[in-house]
Amino acid sequence: MTTNALTSKSSTSGRAGDKIFSGAALGAGVLILITLFAVAVFLLIQALPTFMADPADISGGEGFFAYIWPIVIGTVIAAAIALLIATPIGLGVALFISHFAPRRIAGPLGYVIDLLAAIPSVIYGAWGYMVLAPALVPGYDWLAANMGFIPIFEGPASQTGKTMLTAGIVLAVMVLPIITSLSREIFLQTPKLHEEAALALGATRWEMITTAVLPFARPGIISAVMLGLGRALGETMAVALVLSTGGLIPSLIQSGNQTIAAEIALNFPEAFGLRLAELIAAGLVLFLITLVVNMIARAIIARHKEFSGAN
Amino acid sequence: MKLNRLGSAAAVLSIAALALTACGSDNPTGAASSAPAGGASADAAVSGTLTGIGASSQKSAMEAWITGFKGQNAQANVQYSPDGSGAGRKAFLAGGAQFAGSDAYLKPEEKEESKKVCGPDGAFNVPAYVSPIAVAFNLEGVEELNLDATTIAKIFKKEITKWNDEAIAKQNPDAKLPDTAITVVHRNDESGTTENFVEYLKATAGDVWTYDVSGDWPKDIQSENAKGTSGVVSTAGSTPGAITYADFSAVGDLSTVNVKVGDEYTKISAEAAAKALETATPVEGAAKNDLALDLKRDTTEAGTYPIVLLSYHIYCNTYKDQATVDLVKAFGKYVVSAEGQKTASDSAGNAPLSTSIEEKAAAAIDSITVAK
Repeated sequence: MTTNALTSKSSTSGRAGDKIFSGAALGAGVLILITLFAVAVFLLIQALPTFMADPADISGGEGFFAYIWPIVIGTVIAAAIALLIATPIGLGVALFISHFAPRRIAGPLGYVIDLLAAIPSVIYGAWGYMVLAPALVPGYDWLAANMGFIPIFEGPASQTGKTMLTAGIVLAVMVLPIITSLSREIFLQTPKLHEEAALALGATRWEMITTAVLPFARPGIISAVMLGLGRALGETMAVALVLSTGGLIPSLIQSGNQTIAAEIALNFPEAFGLRLAELIAAGLVLFLITLVVNMIARAIIARHKEFSGAN
Repeated sequence: MKLNRLGSAAAVLSIAALALTACGSDNPTGAASSAPAGGASADAAVSGTLTGIGASSQKSAMEAWITGFKGQNAQANVQYSPDGSGAGRKAFLAGGAQFAGSDAYLKPEEKEESKKVCGPDGAFNVPAYVSPIAVAFNLEGVEELNLDATTIAKIFKKEITKWNDEAIAKQNPDAKLPDTAITVVHRNDESGTTENFVEYLKATAGDVWTYDVSGDWPKDIQSENAKGTSGVVSTAGSTPGAITYADFSAVGDLSTVNVKVGDEYTKISAEAAAKALETATPVEGAAKNDLALDLKRDTTEAGTYPIVLLSYHIYCNTYKDQATVDLVKAFGKYVVSAEGQKTASDSAGNAPLSTSIEEKAAAAIDSITVAK
């Protein structure tokens, strides 16, 4: 940082302001680290009995690993479906708002998308299992009949529609505003000169976007997707309401599978003793997954930074 | 630079957001506050605050009881935190609550433990809440079905998969049964409803239902499920051919199964459920004021509906001062009084206790004394 050089030149009154500001900024930063640390310590201490318990006493009777891995996979599947659906749509909407739509439409459309983020997850969950799930049943029946040879569409399809695929679709809707809003802001920051240069060289609008906008925005897009992934991994209520839980199965259109967050939410109210420790240990695993995912994201952003137009 | 900052903000935010989502349930563990000293007699209005923790099944009944009790004793207050039966018993045994609500009675070893907080006589169980569990289904044109325990067990075990199966048709010669697939819907959260329902299946159709009895649905049966009573009822309601089990007060438009008891089929009703308590036997070796009951799920007495959820209140035999004793007695007796039971069933839709059990329960609660 070059603040030292700057502050030494500034007047005494400016110096006090600098000090207060840097103190406040430092305090905020430290507070976040302390919070994070406190959460990690809480999870570790509360989860400890799980790791010391006799494997036979853990739910399922085969130890913590056997208990946790199916729901880890379930969590990842749900988040993956959500991102597969939400990323292309989110980027498309963001591009439309930033570069294609007339200003008259772009503003309200962006506002509506942002509004999606303000809907509580329990509402998404209720909508998911009351409206969306029954509506998807005919589609699932069709998939089972025609695409059933692919393991993920193996029949017989659920007659309630409360499946992993439905949960993934609901999650996609929840993740969409995060990806859209962040990407839109980043697309809008593309240097006008880059865009105009591309157009001047004879690029079509689409070529301008692929050559000037997307490379510039790549780290931001990755950030947006990771933030969306964070929401999808940790989403609790919507999944708990929408999914017919069960053991790990490959088919996405039968009832089954479970996510960590939903497992905790569903069992927490009546849990005590070892079961409670187990659920908190599951929370710890989720915490670790998220940390790892975010670290990978940081690594990707760091690697691409030098190629982007950002500097 | 700007992007960089955005990126790190995004990373930190997402971690924080995830860390926060893990803790969803609020947990008001009110400290056990004792009533202020005062020599009010048991019949006069009492004051103070009583803290209870326990079964969520009693939640709506408890709200009615608390409102009714406060109506009689303006100075008194009762806090009930529906954290679950296990959590309630644990908090009670640790001295964190003056009474517990529980779908299961205190086991002998828990009674032994209760002597630490309750004095040498320990704690005792009083039946407080009875609710019939309906086996409910969604089948167009079929208003009710007669089924025996074995058939119900086979349906929920997914051995019978069509509504026009021979086993169902045989017991319902008049019903027009369609060739629809049966969709079983169970609770995906741990629940006393599940526990009582599978206990019935285990007791009456043990050769079919070979699973352990617990508040969690057996992991080996993969079927549709939903969260909470409202979840299973709503899911079954929107799925033709669905069958589920739920608190009778909540089944709404779903049709219900008449369960075979002895040689007859019993239609679900509050009276038939209360009768199940009459046929229950006291738990062996219990103290004389302990009203823990072993329900006879396999009773053959006509007119009894055996799939009921019985929930207890657990009190200490002694409390440390007269004011607390008065408060506990007043509240406990109100709950098991005819008036208290009626208030609860009006709002929660459960079955009132029978008169003889009400009397026994009142007598048991009357035996609470001040610790010496």
